[in-house]
Amino acid sequence: MTETDNTVLKVNNLNVWYGDFHAVKGISLEYQRNTISAIIGPSGCGKSTYLRCLNRIHEETPGARAEGEILFQGENILSKMVDPVRVRRSIGMVFQKPNPFPGMSIFDNVVVGLKLQGIKKKNVLMEHAEKCLQKAALWDEVKDKLNRPGMSLSGGQQQRLCIARSLAVSPPILLMDEPTSALDPIATAKIEELMSELKKEVTVIIVTHNMQQAARIADNTSFFVLGDLIEHGLSEDIFTNPKNKKTEDYISGKFG
Amino acid sequence: MREWHLKYRKIKNLLFHFTLFLAACAVIIPLFMVIQYVMIKGFNSLNWDFFTHTPKPVGEVGGGMKHAIIGTFIIVGIAGSFAIPLGIICGAYLSEYGRGKIAALLRLSTDVLTGIPSIVIGIFAYLLVVVPLKQFSTLAGALALSIIILPVVIRSTEEILKLVPRHIREAGLALGLPRWKMIFFIVIKGSRSGLITGVILAISRAAGETAPLLFTSFGNMYYSTSLTNPIASLPVQIYTYAISPFDDWQRQAWAGALVLIIIVLGLNLISRLIMNRQQLGFGRRK
Repeated sequence: MTETDNTVLKVNNLNVWYGDFHAVKGISLEYQRNTISAIIGPSGCGKSTYLRCLNRIHEETPGARAEGEILFQGENILSKMVDPVRVRRSIGMVFQKPNPFPGMSIFDNVVVGLKLQGIKKKNVLMEHAEKCLQKAALWDEVKDKLNRPGMSLSGGQQQRLCIARSLAVSPPILLMDEPTSALDPIATAKIEELMSELKKEVTVIIVTHNMQQAARIADNTSFFVLGDLIEHGLSEDIFTNPKNKKTEDYISGKFG
Repeated sequence: MREWHLKYRKIKNLLFHFTLFLAACAVIIPLFMVIQYVMIKGFNSLNWDFFTHTPKPVGEVGGGMKHAIIGTFIIVGIAGSFAIPLGIICGAYLSEYGRGKIAALLRLSTDVLTGIPSIVIGIFAYLLVVVPLKQFSTLAGALALSIIILPVVIRSTEEILKLVPRHIREAGLALGLPRWKMIFFIVIKGSRSGLITGVILAISRAAGETAPLLFTSFGNMYYSTSLTNPIASLPVQIYTYAISPFDDWQRQAWAGALVLIIIVLGLNLISRLIMNRQQLGFGRRK
């Protein structure tokens, strides 16, 4: 694979340890602009760990250590010289559990990132909040109650609120760590629908336990087992015609 | 056989339930007796003059504790405005960064400070402020009370902030916020209702302290708001009146006790209301 203009993120030989435990083993992958890439694999295969390195949030886990290269805009963002705050402005993240900020209204939850970057004008914030809530397919449900606490929404709405919050700081890349595993099928369907819309503006990398979800929404899929990248390719190839025996066993439910 | 077994089980259950009930009563009954007794004794001596007048000369009937009520608010106010911000900052440090030796030391000294008898804290403030200034003063009293408030605020802040789940912090960082902004605007602001409760509990504890004020703010029979002179406070005034030989003073001591209880209960009630109204907490409601 050669680096083309369309590559937004390139991972070279990424290794992650928790203390002595080697959680991610020499993974190299690259991600194209405006695509959705899924990472699947059995529990404990290092897929969340891998994802968390991509915006250096892994540093929040005591004992975690990452080596290798993650190239974003020509710069190795794993380097100690790079400020993680700057990395995270460009690479946002949505978490497994919906986590609106406590004690904050729906409106404040969406614009808090902008507010704390120094944007104060109410009408600018309002405009932005509406745009982001619309992108997150939540606007119609909350437009009359923007001052209610974010925690008052249902689980699925909370997760879309979190997506809107991440979009508000306009990151070109959005990481999603099992964003629907705490949600019911209807809320899941809504978020999947919204992701194919989001793709027009951002590059999405999503970890999922749900193989059908990966098959439905992702352009590319990577399959991890025990920290190794077993197979990577177009989703349709991985799910219909896997090259590796392990991949075939996993997607047909023989192990995992 | 089986029926007997079921009966036996039910009796055990009942016995257990009853024991817990008794324990609850053992706590509630003395509390209510105290309040009831103070109410009955104090209510008769409570009148408008009590809130608007300072003491009459010895021997004359009447007068009130205006100076002591205001004095209590001044001392506690000054103590709080020092101890509360400092306590919240220290608590946030313990909760957000508190891993190293300094944190362990801070935690230890906070625990020790909580356990020190309040009269000893009074002696400390006496040595630190009263002796060099050669005068009892409001500031000395405020220092003593702030030392009582401080550890309570530190520990309650730490515990409350620790309730904020890790993924909330990570979500803040993932927005590209610097750590200090995340801590201040998301963790601390999001926990404000819990923090206020801790603060109010600390303040209401300090407002009722007598011992640390005896030889710091000392007490004053006249109205004073000076920071460098002795000042009256409700607990000390109650103490002085209660051990006096005059009937009228003793009656006023009861009234003072009632006012003090009402202030403290009121503060507790307010903190409960804030807690209930703002339960935007972390799944506590679900």
